[in-house]
Amino acid sequence: MIEVNNISKAFDGQYVIKNISVVFETGKTNLVIGQSGAGKTILIKALVGLQEVDEGSINFDGRNFTSMNFKERKLLRQEFGMVFQGGALFDSLSVIENVMFPLKMFSKLTYPEKLERANFCLKRVNLDNINNLYPSEISGGMKKRVSIARSIALNPKYLFCDEPNSGLDPINAIIIDSLIKEITEEYQITTVINTHDMNSVMAIGDKVTFIYNGHKWWEGNKNQIMFTDNKELNNFIFASELTKIIKSKISS
Amino acid sequence: MHVFFHFGRYTKLMVKVFSRPEKFRVLLNQIFHEIDSLGINSLGIVIIISFFMGAVITLQAAYNIENPFIPLWLVGLGTRDSMILEFSSTIVGLILAGKVGSSIASEIGTMRVTEQIDALEVMGINSASYLIFPKIIAVVFINPFLTIVSIFIGVFSGWISGVLSGAVSSESYIYGIQYAFVPFYITYTLIKTVFFAFIITSVSAYEGYYCYGGALEVGKASTKAVVYSSLIILLFNVILTQLLLVQ
Repeated sequence: MIEVNNISKAFDGQYVIKNISVVFETGKTNLVIGQSGAGKTILIKALVGLQEVDEGSINFDGRNFTSMNFKERKLLRQEFGMVFQGGALFDSLSVIENVMFPLKMFSKLTYPEKLERANFCLKRVNLDNINNLYPSEISGGMKKRVSIARSIALNPKYLFCDEPNSGLDPINAIIIDSLIKEITEEYQITTVINTHDMNSVMAIGDKVTFIYNGHKWWEGNKNQIMFTDNKELNNFIFASELTKIIKSKISS
Repeated sequence: MHVFFHFGRYTKLMVKVFSRPEKFRVLLNQIFHEIDSLGINSLGIVIIISFFMGAVITLQAAYNIENPFIPLWLVGLGTRDSMILEFSSTIVGLILAGKVGSSIASEIGTMRVTEQIDALEVMGINSASYLIFPKIIAVVFINPFLTIVSIFIGVFSGWISGVLSGAVSSESYIYGIQYAFVPFYITYTLIKTVFFAFIITSVSAYEGYYCYGGALEVGKASTKAVVYSSLIILLFNVILTQLLLVQ
């Protein structure tokens, strides 16, 4: 469980997130939604320590991340997995080397054991026969899946995904969403996903937090979101023609 | 004020770079990889540049000696000392600042803008130490060898060009390159080379590491890496010469 208590972050005196408190639950896919520039990415970067918060605290199962020193954070981060928007695979390493990378750095496994684990992770994300290809030789969807495989190689307790299905076609986006949900439930991970994709919200939104202008504006789940009377959230979720049609059908 | 900001940030980065590495075996593999990619791959350009520099120094020296009382073996001595004291360390250093410096800045800069450095940090890896330390060690280790190669090639090409053009006889040139040899000059040039290697790698890595944006910013970082490392090399050339040669 990740507890975020009243965190704020400002750049040049301008707050990008302000007084956000939220609890991300274990074994659930916790979605953070909001418009571009709302503060979602800063929030997820604050969670993993890529951005220091100005106020507030972040606790990982009772461990206060914000007050930790560099060494303590390093240790805790070994329990993190992160899927970046562009995959962030290492260009100079092949697919299998990318997945083996965290194992090489932090495990005492022998080479065959590392290889076996990396192959297992790649199979888990339904990728076969691409072990020796380089990131530049695979598609965007594959990159995301390799990135998920790399992030679960060390059995993380916490998984962070920054817009994991952005830039993907609807079919691949659904595959990625389902994969993250399956992995979250199977390994009882605390998963936090940044997205502005309403399909993801409806498919895997166990818990949804809506960020608006740097503030937490709404909290609920996928079953509650369609019936909310929150004006800003309604403007966000019913922005597209498709969702407007769905809403009118639901209303009628 | 800007200079102080960059100097402070550079110092902080170097503290991160020289912290304890994650795994020594991984570090060793990376150092060998960097020696190959940044050092051995620069051998070709060092040989070519040194060959032409040595040849030109010899021809210019020979054709400028008009006084019949000045012996022609001074051409060999001049070529040898020019190569050892200045050309093989400083000029080759400047050329490597272009080749190695831009390569380091663009590699690390691209990793920054594509979030690969963030990925390392989230995994709990000290990205500065993991990416930059092996490069510094590799270039500091391999550059003195490149300098020695450059000296030999330069002196050798001077002999070839001098003899083939008829500007100086083979005997005179060989006598000249053996005359009044000061072994400390080799120590001096190697000390300079080590400093220059550190400047090239650390300044270029700094420019790449703090590059934010996209492809345009990576290009700018690469250019800045070459310009700043060249200027700092020239500054340190003066300082080190004053410190090491002036008695």
